[in-house]
Amino acid sequence: MSSLWISNARVIDPASGRDKVGNVFITDGKIVARLSAADKKSAKKIDARGLIACPGLVDIHVHFREPGQTHKETIATGTQAAAAGGFTSVVCMPNTSPVADTAGTIQFINDAIRRDAVVKVYPTGCITAGMKGLALAPIGSLKRAGVVAITDDGECVQNNELMRRAAEYAKMFDLCVMDHCQDAAMTQGAVMNEGIMSIRLGLRGWPNAAEDIIVARNVILSTYTGAHIHMQHISSKNSVELLRRAKARGVRVTAEATPHHIALTDAELATYDTNFKMNPPLRTEADRQEIIAGLRDGTLDCISTDHAPHTDYEKDKEFDYAPNGILGLETSLAISLQVLVRENKFKLPHVIDLMTRKPAEILKLNAGTLAEGAPADVCLFDPEETWVYNSRKGFSKSSNSPWHGETLKGRVKMTIVDGRVVFADGKIK
Amino acid sequence: MLWTRKHLITLEELSLAEIEQIHATATAFKNVLARGVKKLPALRGKTVVNLFLEPSTRTRMAFDMAAKRLSADVISFDSASSSTTKGETLRDTAQNIEALKADMIVIRHAASGSPLYLSKILNIPVINAGDGAHEHPTQGLLDTFTMKEHLGSLNGRKVVILGDILFSRVARSNIYALTKMGAAVTLVGPATLVPHSLTELGVQVSHDLRSALADAEVVMLLRIQHERQASSHFPSLGEYTSMFGLNKTRASWLNPKAIIMHPGPINRGVEIDSDLADGERSVILEQVSNGIAVRMAALYLCSGGQPENATITD
Repeated sequence: MSSLWISNARVIDPASGRDKVGNVFITDGKIVARLSAADKKSAKKIDARGLIACPGLVDIHVHFREPGQTHKETIATGTQAAAAGGFTSVVCMPNTSPVADTAGTIQFINDAIRRDAVVKVYPTGCITAGMKGLALAPIGSLKRAGVVAITDDGECVQNNELMRRAAEYAKMFDLCVMDHCQDAAMTQGAVMNEGIMSIRLGLRGWPNAAEDIIVARNVILSTYTGAHIHMQHISSKNSVELLRRAKARGVRVTAEATPHHIALTDAELATYDTNFKMNPPLRTEADRQEIIAGLRDGTLDCISTDHAPHTDYEKDKEFDYAPNGILGLETSLAISLQVLVRENKFKLPHVIDLMTRKPAEILKLNAGTLAEGAPADVCLFDPEETWVYNSRKGFSKSSNSPWHGETLKGRVKMTIVDGRVVFADGKIK
Repeated sequence: MLWTRKHLITLEELSLAEIEQIHATATAFKNVLARGVKKLPALRGKTVVNLFLEPSTRTRMAFDMAAKRLSADVISFDSASSSTTKGETLRDTAQNIEALKADMIVIRHAASGSPLYLSKILNIPVINAGDGAHEHPTQGLLDTFTMKEHLGSLNGRKVVILGDILFSRVARSNIYALTKMGAAVTLVGPATLVPHSLTELGVQVSHDLRSALADAEVVMLLRIQHERQASSHFPSLGEYTSMFGLNKTRASWLNPKAIIMHPGPINRGVEIDSDLADGERSVILEQVSNGIAVRMAALYLCSGGQPENATITD
């Protein structure tokens, strides 16, 4: 029996409605209600005075690049970045090389997870073979191999018939279909939001209508098939409104927002800095405000990072030629606290809910709560500590962050996975 | 007022005074070009590299000529002969050019923002010779220079830019220069190529050729860049010409003294009738000639020269 006794923390567990200063007890990797006198004596004690103790954070949208693009990130470095950011469960996308469209590739990923991961990683599989959007991937075999969802992330399925069949088929296994909502024909060559900024910069625009159309398509297909469709990284205000109305009707759709879409707008692109280039792109202030409103009223269910590592030499290019994506895991909590709690007056437990219970619930992960019997996945953070984020000294293998060099407020002090301290004192344990 | 800029990347960032400084310097150089000996020693001993990573005839020849008139050594290369075709990054290419002790770099690139990117990497002046659909500052300067020669002050003058604005760097640079100089600018063309959001740049947008051309003192035609456009922006070149091409009838709606401009290359019979392109109101070839003096001014000022010293011969 090994026990951990976290004391004097403000314990926030939205799933159980808990928010008060007290203890978190852990025995054998599980949260327990109390420790026996003997256990208390032998327990490793962590004085968390001044810190928040919350469930380990959950991110259902990360790219760990293994197999095939391990110069950008690996399951080892990606999970270290996750741990440093307070995350204990992450869901990785299948756009690896090769793409994760067979049970064999999922098995390879799971082997790497068992060998190298410091936090829990759940793989997803492709919707279509080769992520080509032409024919279904072996979704049943993928499910058997352990995927928690299917998605052609980044390569939104354009064929409505195929998407309908994918949704219907996946529903049989109770698998969520996650969709990066982008009409391909409307966004050919597009590298940023379409609007006055794209006009000024002379860059090809990606109209938010191209997202709205696919969100509407997915609402219609979910209504028709009863399948659960999850919309990834919503960036357009009209999409928020479409989802709000769909949810009011009880349609089985869920959606996520990223820290960058709630913190930044396309005005940041004035200097063609490729660390502000991602897909979907940063949009306008009106879009940003509506995404925050969507998180406030529950239209958007959770915060996900879309952690997308690329090396310096890949990002250091003409804007048109640089790949899409930025890091997110090590800054997500601080940015969410800044934008939602301090700037938009969300209650702290609400934001923690958006980063723990809610994302876990979408994919039915055994995570996101400090309730008795739950896996002892815990994040301890200081909401007041300010620190300068140096993306080059972070744990990710890449450093492509728009927040490099910024002073952030709110810092993860310790991350615990199944009762084991995996990150503390700025180091992976 | 001293000229302080090292790079010429956009007209959006230039002040009216800076635009006027370049124009004044270009006027001085234009006078020199009219002499028997057309050469000045201003850039003697300096090397200007023309890095043209996208095809160009006029602009490249004009920069070439401008640098030579200022006694610079000129090295030109294009994408076909450069190692960018072998996968070298722009950063590496540019750093190699700097390591070869070039004093100045003129860049043409299909990707918007590349000149700004280069200016942050390199210690030598960078002149933008056109980047994607972003800006073409020396074109905007030579166009406004040419307009001033014909109209005098541009304040309150009615200028129409007609054609593919969405994909045009020439349009953007002209919009910034013209609005700073006080001209009343109207952009005309099909809605797919002239989006309404352009009005946020302080110009009018119209899809009605007749009302837009009425009393205009300048009409600038832009080439229909069919190589850049998806087929969805307009049905056909034929329909474009029938709706928006400048022909004799439509030209009659202009102010009687109006000038007709085009940055080239022209698609005769598409955006403009062949006769009009060669007609007496056309200043298209004057634009080309003025391009040399204006580019001399840009090279000279960004290399550290001051307007009042421009034509000192030794």
